[in-house]
Amino acid sequence: MDTATSAITVAVHDGQRVLTSRAAVDARRHTELLAPMLVETLTAAGTGVEEVTHVAVGTGPGPFTGLRVGLVTAQTFAHARGIGVHGVCSLDALAAAAAGQGHEGDLLVATDARRKEVYWARYRCADGGVTPLDEPTVTKPADLPEEVRSLPTVGRGPLIYPELLAHPLDPSGTDLLDVDAGVLAAVAAARIDAGEAMPVEPLYLRRPDAVAPGAPKVAR
Amino acid sequence: MKDAPLVLGIETSCDETGVGIVHGTDLLFDAIASSVDEHARFGGVVPEVASRAHLEAMVPTIERACREAGVALSDLDGISVTAGPGLAGALMVGVASAKALAVALGVPLYGVNHLASHVAVDIVEHGPLPEPTMAMLVSGGHSSLLLVPDVTHDIRSLGSTIDDAAGEAFDKVARVLGLPFPGGPHIDRAATDGQITIDFPRGLSSRKDMERHRFDFSFSGLKTAVTRWVQAEQAAGRDVPVADVAASFQEAVVDILTRKAVLACTEHDVAALQVGGGVAANSRLRAMAQQRCDDAGIQLRVPRPGLCTDNGAMVASLGAQMMMKGRPASDLSLPADSSLPVTDVRTGLPVHVDHDHAH
Ligand SMILES: [Zn+2]
Repeated sequence: MDTATSAITVAVHDGQRVLTSRAAVDARRHTELLAPMLVETLTAAGTGVEEVTHVAVGTGPGPFTGLRVGLVTAQTFAHARGIGVHGVCSLDALAAAAAGQGHEGDLLVATDARRKEVYWARYRCADGGVTPLDEPTVTKPADLPEEVRSLPTVGRGPLIYPELLAHPLDPSGTDLLDVDAGVLAAVAAARIDAGEAMPVEPLYLRRPDAVAPGAPKVAR
Repeated sequence: MKDAPLVLGIETSCDETGVGIVHGTDLLFDAIASSVDEHARFGGVVPEVASRAHLEAMVPTIERACREAGVALSDLDGISVTAGPGLAGALMVGVASAKALAVALGVPLYGVNHLASHVAVDIVEHGPLPEPTMAMLVSGGHSSLLLVPDVTHDIRSLGSTIDDAAGEAFDKVARVLGLPFPGGPHIDRAATDGQITIDFPRGLSSRKDMERHRFDFSFSGLKTAVTRWVQAEQAAGRDVPVADVAASFQEAVVDILTRKAVLACTEHDVAALQVGGGVAANSRLRAMAQQRCDDAGIQLRVPRPGLCTDNGAMVASLGAQMMMKGRPASDLSLPADSSLPVTDVRTGLPVHVDHDHAH
């Protein structure tokens, strides 16, 4: 499951392929939508909760409130079932989706970080696989170097900042905007097979806004 | 309907991650993780800091509650969770976690009102609530007088603060006196060494206010009066008698709270007063409430301090009551509602707290 981008998304993957996948684009109703979607996705896959062996969750970066709903749901579900929970950077899942659609070469993933900023990282896609080139970062799109902004881009960045991020990989601007839990599950399944460590640490990338009394400086 | 359901309750409305487990009306364990120290340097709760701490503490606190209660999650009959009111982002962590438990374990979910939970916690402490009970909830987030005919179903707000919550006033006055956050315990401690030497105002106690705001509270004028008094002393070059100011301020708060609570009981013919919320830990409030209730022939019920502040046991207790009374469970689409009613109702109007439906 993933709630780091504008979609709330859940998929069931059997280790080989995606059995079912669901998504709803509603950036304000994570708490309401995720649990019913989890039940609906499992039901549609014909999978009982007791049959689930691993939980994978997108760790962001993403707007904090929604991100946490996905993380705490995944962690609690896994704990209650006594199974493992694995974190996948949500930008990795977007890059993997582009590679899965046949993209070759360098790629920019840029998602909505609100406050006129994007979460971003570059990836190298080859033969359906991806290699990250950067740690995920949060930046104003105008502050990205020209050679980064000129890369084919996935995520909502180009949709929100068409002038600054003018090279969407999907020119129609409808595809590869948000994480697809099916792709995230496939990435997770491959990493679980490879025995990779997959910590479930939220990628906030920003300190909390907080003002100490008497100190008008914003701590961030 | 079940005789004694085993219920796990989750509370994340402010800065405490609480997980409690009750068996019917018996408390098995109450686990709390608090982020209060992280907020201390800001002099108040920072919502994002609280939400992050909830996420980190959630599963470990569930784990600890089960271990200490000697309960396996698979033994549970139901999950209850604070659906509101509270900090939106903080509530969402608890609500999402509770839903994941309900789905993973195949048990019903009960989204409950935080204020109603403060009332229901006394069931695990002192047995069944007299019906009706009068409840006074006083904390950093609320100051309310509630008439409670049935804690699972019917709660009516008689009044609440029109400005600061009582606990907020303690925090602000503590800051004026140079005492640390949270202010309540520090003022209580300082006051034990002081004398009540200053006659600070009792908010909304004038004849006219007693007509229009009979069971409402106001603490902002009191806070201003204390600040002015302290500033005047400093301007005159005198040392501020911190203990005396603390004692006098505390007396003003406690006097008006207990006076209105007892009046509400007598006027509504209610034989039991329950006091909850963090300020209920205040020693002077407990003593004066006891005195005035004894004088008026009212039974006073105050849970132990650990159950007065926000905790998971109170949520579990209300969830167990819901199950025992056969109330319908919540839908999995239950939202976290930061302004769930009973806090923002109009003064004195009866209000039905709808626990059963997430509007
Ligand atoms: Zn409370």
